[in-house]
Formats: sequence, structure tokens, C-alpha cells
Amino acid sequence: MYVSSHEVKRLAILDAERCVGCQLCMFACSRRFGDGGLAKSAILVRSVGGIERGLTVIVCRACLDPPCARVCPTDALKLRKHGGVFLDQTKCIGCRNCVEACDIGAVFWDYETNKPIICVHCGYCSQFCHYKVLGVEKTI
Amino acid sequence: MNQRDPLKRVLYIDLSRKSFWIDDRVDLFERWLGGIGVAVQLFKEEAPKNIEPLSPENPVIFSIGPLTSLYPLASKTVALFKSPLTGNLGESHAGGRSAIAIRLAGYGAIIIKGASQLPLYLVIKEGEVEFRDGSALWGISNANTVGRILREAAIGRGIRTIMRIGKAGEKLVSYAAVITETYRHFGRLGLGAVLGSKKVKGIIIYGKHSIPIQDKKKYREIYDRLYRLAVGSDAMKRYHDLGTAINILPLNYIGALPTRNLNSSRFEGAEEICGENIAEKKLARRVACAHCPIACIHIASIREPYPDEPYFYKTTFISYDHELLYSLGSMLGVKKIDDVLRLIDTVEAMGLDAISTGVCLAWATEAYKRGIITINETLVELDWGNIDNYIQVIKYIVEQPNDFYGMLARGTREASKHYGGQEFALNFGGNEMPGYHTGYGAIIGYSIGSRHSHLDCAGYRVDQTIKEPPSPEEFVELLIKEEEWRQILNSLTICLFARSIYNVENIIEALKPLGYNYTEEELKKTGEEIYFEKQKLKLKLGFKPEELKIPSRVFETPTPHGLLKREYIEEALQHYIKLIEYKTLQ
Ligand code: SF4
Ligand code: SF4
Repeated sequence: MYVSSHEVKRLAILDAERCVGCQLCMFACSRRFGDGGLAKSAILVRSVGGIERGLTVIVCRACLDPPCARVCPTDALKLRKHGGVFLDQTKCIGCRNCVEACDIGAVFWDYETNKPIICVHCGYCSQFCHYKVLGVEKTI
Repeated sequence: MNQRDPLKRVLYIDLSRKSFWIDDRVDLFERWLGGIGVAVQLFKEEAPKNIEPLSPENPVIFSIGPLTSLYPLASKTVALFKSPLTGNLGESHAGGRSAIAIRLAGYGAIIIKGASQLPLYLVIKEGEVEFRDGSALWGISNANTVGRILREAAIGRGIRTIMRIGKAGEKLVSYAAVITETYRHFGRLGLGAVLGSKKVKGIIIYGKHSIPIQDKKKYREIYDRLYRLAVGSDAMKRYHDLGTAINILPLNYIGALPTRNLNSSRFEGAEEICGENIAEKKLARRVACAHCPIACIHIASIREPYPDEPYFYKTTFISYDHELLYSLGSMLGVKKIDDVLRLIDTVEAMGLDAISTGVCLAWATEAYKRGIITINETLVELDWGNIDNYIQVIKYIVEQPNDFYGMLARGTREASKHYGGQEFALNFGGNEMPGYHTGYGAIIGYSIGSRHSHLDCAGYRVDQTIKEPPSPEEFVELLIKEEEWRQILNSLTICLFARSIYNVENIIEALKPLGYNYTEEELKKTGEEIYFEKQKLKLKLGFKPEELKIPSRVFETPTPHGLLKREYIEEALQHYIKLIEYKTLQ
């Protein structure tokens, strides 16, 4: 069962070189809400211009001073204690500023709700990463 | 099924009119699950009478199943079309991201019909199809380059599929492939030529839908169980560690590795081109199809120096597996890893099916050595292991500079019909032989399997597990049973490497939270029905089982079960014909 976010945990990319591109992490993230597919995934694994050139894992890195929160006009993105943000769905107006602001492209868009998808660092995805690319680290 | 599941939506694309529409086909998906089950029915609707493979009337159907994108390893797309190689039903499966992309774009099947006047490529999204000009892509000599260009041209990085044909498809070579995600293929039976005849250079499919689940709690439970089963399975280890290339050494050891056009079933270069050796010396990375934790795709790298400048290298990444090491390795007497990899690279760049290409080269080499054909036909000398010339010949097959290459581009059956050498033209029903000379099961399986592939009913596996073959009749019935069950796997588009994980019980369980209640009996019955529906369609499209010819080479080279007897196989084929006639008349 998916556990709601815990302030002391943070999703960590342990070694992206080991990634095989299976995307099980993406499906896991979307599955947190019970349905299948990829509409709710806060993580993206894609090739670097063709699979022959390797893969890259794009996910929130829990910035301490997150640019996404800075550009939110309604304060819908609240700072987490040890980096990263929470989304207050009720405040969000779907302006996409946060998507533009994230330099690593880790704010994804949910086209079904018209709201951003924000990683809550629950670590559920890492439970399905057989290749130990993803893990959970403690933040103190 | 869950009525909210977009699986029931079928996208129809008419290339002649540049139009598209979407139909709700819940009727078909309720009755036939998806994948091959649904594709057979759609094909029947689209082609009510017999058609020419390279005519606009030949529909191309892509379909996926209810488990796709919901569970690990249900990662295949089924393609159905009329094959220019065998002249009857063409069926080919591929993984990569194709299946997930179709599913998450909100479709269960896509039908492409008609033909375009000018080259184009399609961009398919939810509820939208773009017909984009492909003139600039047509004629590009390397299919990998086409992939690179298309990658830049469309959205959806990481969650889309990019299918494309190479020059072989444009030039209508009967065994041209469709490449997806660089390393996966609809390889067999010439889908590339069919798309080429429609002037479709590429198809990009993009989607990010969610799939509503009826019983969310149960779904997650079963997902977790299947995931644990998958990563803990023997299949996982076997296919992830060395991939199917692990088969080369054991097959060679038992004397079942077709070598030099099956003049032998042992290859002295096996130690060199085996999975173990390539993994040790050349393996660069292993990658997976979308939503598959096994990651069986093995990619080797080779480094070649440029002759004109010191310290200037070209590094190429090439995926390999058992069938390629057989068809472009042992079958051609190629003994060096780099040489096999260079041949694979050429075949990929041209967009050809590796097995058919290798077997065509092998037939041509033997025919040349026997003087049936001469340099006037081949334009270069042919000899086992001479890969520089083989590379040239592969290019000639695509360019077809003379009548001989025009014939060779139609496969070993047509070429040998014209030039002779049918006794060593290794094809079954027109499709070139896969890399197993294991015994009766393999040969009967290639002959009676709907795709004339080792994967239809896995006779090659049966050969490796039994001591003595049963009676020919029993053998046929056993293989048909297996093929029937595989129709369920192929309707759910489960990767065949996962067949031990997805046994009957687990399939029934996996379907439950999605709103399907099947009993074991019902599931098996459906498999049987799909099999006969497919056989019927194959007959309608021109398949004549009584004309199946077994090349006599098969009986001259020993298998692990000794020399095979023609009478045994003739009896088996007779029995198959009887069963099929009986069933399809019903
Ligand atoms: S940590 Fe949780 S929210 Fe973040 S990507 Fe993984 S599953 Fe999704
Ligand atoms: S689950 Fe792990 S190996 Fe698979 S794509 Fe995600 S990060 Fe890569």
C-alpha cells in the first residue's frame, strides 16, 4: 500500500547508469491512485536521444529553495521541511508556471485534472525498481 | 470487461482519403479479448475477399490487449496483414513501447488501410491523427537515421513509440521489417514491405491516459504478486543475464545449431559467437521494453577506426540475440563476433528481417558454390564467412540491380523455384527457417504453425524435453494444443518469455479486477476458437497446406534425435490437414 509522504524521506537516484528503461517506476507512481496508465506519474525515464545513447531518470530532486514554489501565483506549492514541495490542489489554478520554472523538467502535467504532478517522495516507485536505480534516503 | 476501459476503441485510418474515425468495438473485445483474437476478426471485416499483399486493400492491423500497461510483461503489439513473403496470413509481434503507447493513446486496435500517393508518416494521439509529409525521409539509406529525425519531430519523449521502415520496406523486399525503438522489430513476414507499398515511412504513437480499474485494491495485490513472480523467476535470470544468446552453446553441443545452410548442425565457431563470449567482450548495456522488468535486450558495442585519421573511431551499438547469431552467424559460417555484429548492423540499417536475410544468403552461397548461379547473377563471389561480400549482397537485395536480386528479395522459396536448389532452400510455407534443428517437433512446428515460426507452437522445445517422439498424430495434436493456448497469451499480448509466470490461474486472477470472469475451461475454449478462426482466415488468404514442401536438406543433416524420416513428417502433415479440414468446415 502506498504510504503518504513522510517528511524525513526523500527519493534518491542511486545510480542512473544501471537503469534499463523498464519504466516500472513510472507505472508504480501512477498506480498510487489506484488506476493504471501513466497519467499521474511524477517520474519520467527516457532515452538520451535514442536508447543506444543511454537513459535518464527525471524526477523531483527536492530542492531546498524550489523555483516552482517561487513562481506559483497562488501559493499552492508549500515548502516541505527538508526540500521539495506539497501541492494544495484547492489553491492551484492550473497556470503551468511551475512546469516552466523547473529547470530539470520534473514538474509534470496531469491532463486529466489540469494540475501539476508533484513528487511527494513517498518512495513507492523505488519498490519496483529491480535494478536499484531508485532508493529512499533519510533527510536530516 | 470494464465499460469505461478505452480498450474497446478502434482507430481506423484511411490513407487514400487521409481520414480517420474511431469506433466502439466492445463486441469484439468482449468476445475475443484483444491482440490476435480481435485482430483476426478485424481483418476478416476489412478484407472480405482475398487480396494482394502489396495492394491498398491489404489492411494492417495493430492490436493490444486488456493487460497491456496494467501488468508487467504484457508488452507486445500484434500486427496482422497479408504477407508478401508467404502469400497468406502475416502475423508479427513486437515490444518496445509500441503496446503501451497504443493503449495509453486510448485505443485497443489501429487499422491502417488504403495507400498514400506520396510518402508520409503518421502521428497518432488521443482522438487525433496527423498525416505528415514524409518525402524528405523517403530514400534515406540508414533506418537509424530515420529514427533520429522522427525523434526530433514529435512530442512525447519517453512515452511514445516510433515505428519506421528502412529502405528494404520502400523497395518492397518481401521480408522487410518494421523497426520500433531502434532495437525491437515486427521482423517476420514482411510488414515493412506492406507499409512501404502504402508509402508509410513511419508511425509515431503517443499517449498518457489513465486506465480505469474496477477493483483497485485487488488490482494492486495481483500486480505485486506478478511483479515478485517475474523478478524472482528463472526466465528473469536467463533472459536478463545472457538473453536468448544463451542458447547457442547448448544447441551446438546437442547438434541442433543450423550451420552453413544446414549442411551441419554443429558450428566450430560457436564458442566465439555464443552469448557468454559476446557478453564478456562486447556487451554495452541491457535494456527493457516498456513495463517489463526483465530487460532481455542485449546491446553490444563495436569500435571501428576510420582509415583516414588516427585515433578517430566510430562506435556502433548493435542488439543481438539467438536468432541473429544463428542466421547471420553459424548459418553463414561467420566466426568472429565483430563480423556477425557488422552483418546485424547492415541488416538493421536496411530494415530487413534478420532470419530471412541470413537464410537467403545461405541459400545463395550454396547455390553459387554448386554452380546453380554464377557471378553473372550474384555480381560478387559468395563464400562462407566472407562478410565484406555478404554486406554487399544485403545491399543488392535491397537495391535489386538485376533479376536475380529481384528474385532473392522475394525469399528462398521464390528464388529456388526459379533458379533451382529447392532441396536446400530452407523455408517452411515460404518463411525462412528459425535457428533450431532439434528434431521432429521443430520441423512439424515450422510447417503447421500459423506464422511458420518456432514461436507458434514451440516444437523445438518439445524436442529438447522428450526422449522419443510420440506418434506423428500425437505430436501434431500436442503442438496444436500449445498453439491454441498461445492464442490466449497473444490475445493478452503477454511476452512469450513470461509464459511460465502467466499460467492459467494467474491470467484468470489478473483479469478479475479488470472486470473479466473467466474459468479455465472458458479461457482454453477461447484459445481453441481463436486458433481455428485464424487457420480459416489463413486458408481464405490462399494457404494450401497440401502444397507444404519440406526441403530434403532437413533429412540429410542429423538432429539430436538422429536423422529425421520423411515418412514421419508426411504422416504428421496429413494428420494436420485432416484436422484442419474437419474443424474449419464446421
Ligand atoms: S517518490 Fe512517490 S511521488 Fe515521487 S516519483 Fe516515486 S512514487 Fe512518484
Ligand atoms: S524502475 Fe528503475 S530500472 Fe526501471 S526505468 Fe525506473 S529507474 Fe530505470
